[in-house]
Amino acid sequence: MAKKSAKDRISNEINAGSMADIAFLLLIFFLVTTTIVEDKGVLVRLPPWSEEPPDVLKFKTRNVYSILVNANNDLLVRGEPKKLEDLKEGIKEFIMNPERRDDLAETSVDAIVSMKNDRGTKYGVYLEVYNEVKAAYNELKDEEANRKFGKDYEYLTKEQQRTVREVIPEKLSEAEPTSFGEE
Amino acid sequence: MSKFSKKRGKASPEISTASLPDIIFMLLFFFMVVTVLRDASLKVKVQTPQASELVKLEKKSLVNYIYIGVPTEEHRELAGTKPRIQLGDKFSTTGDIPLFLENHRVKVDERQRGLITSSLRVDKDVTMGIVSDVKTALRKAGQFKVNYSAKPKQT
Repeated sequence: MAKKSAKDRISNEINAGSMADIAFLLLIFFLVTTTIVEDKGVLVRLPPWSEEPPDVLKFKTRNVYSILVNANNDLLVRGEPKKLEDLKEGIKEFIMNPERRDDLAETSVDAIVSMKNDRGTKYGVYLEVYNEVKAAYNELKDEEANRKFGKDYEYLTKEQQRTVREVIPEKLSEAEPTSFGEE
Repeated sequence: MSKFSKKRGKASPEISTASLPDIIFMLLFFFMVVTVLRDASLKVKVQTPQASELVKLEKKSLVNYIYIGVPTEEHRELAGTKPRIQLGDKFSTTGDIPLFLENHRVKVDERQRGLITSSLRVDKDVTMGIVSDVKTALRKAGQFKVNYSAKPKQT
């Protein structure tokens, strides 16, 4: 009797050998139907739409850092051609104005970076320029955060981040594009 | 002597495969976690540019995607070779954007509607004209949070 029950138990086991195959099938199905997460990007806050054009005259010229990108993807920064690599340093110097020059921003709060592009500008170039502006602001924020709190900006509390933002507000304006170039 | 040979003959030389399903399941779960379901097949060619100041998009359900690029080869006969906008899985114009945003907005919980982000997946060779039109449409529709999708820069 005892022998018989032992035999029963052995034959009742489910064969798990094919389990691996089933799991493989599932795995391959998921590999085919999914994409690896690469959802990263440059976060932007667009201004609300308004019909009337903004009043540009209320800002002093020394407080505005204008960047123009034409349809040939060339940069014109404050009336002079500039290379993309030099842009970030230029913006940082303009905002902080360490030497108190009178053609750069009065204070970092007044500084405005103004971007204008053509309808024929390549999107890749536009984003590169935008990225440089953003990088300049992020570096300045980090510097300010380190000076005040001894930490990088992203590790600060909300309250501390606000105090940093009060010194270095991100003022980036984008003008309506011109339409000289070919789309 | 006979004792030894007998034992060896009886012991099964097979490796136990009982844990194999578990290993495969672990792989499966890994892939399920790090990947997302492909929601729309791309009809336009999108090769996002590179950037360094990247922010990760957190909540999948709060993101809607707008693709801009040149139609892929099999769609060129119908859609032309100019850059086009793709919303969901069809070619669209800027006029379709408000409805597209509204359709997504009603699916989101009311308290989280302010957190909705539009991810612009734009090919790097597209000119700014069409992108500006989309941006204007987004601003008119009250969708201000925008993410320019980009790849991390290799340095």
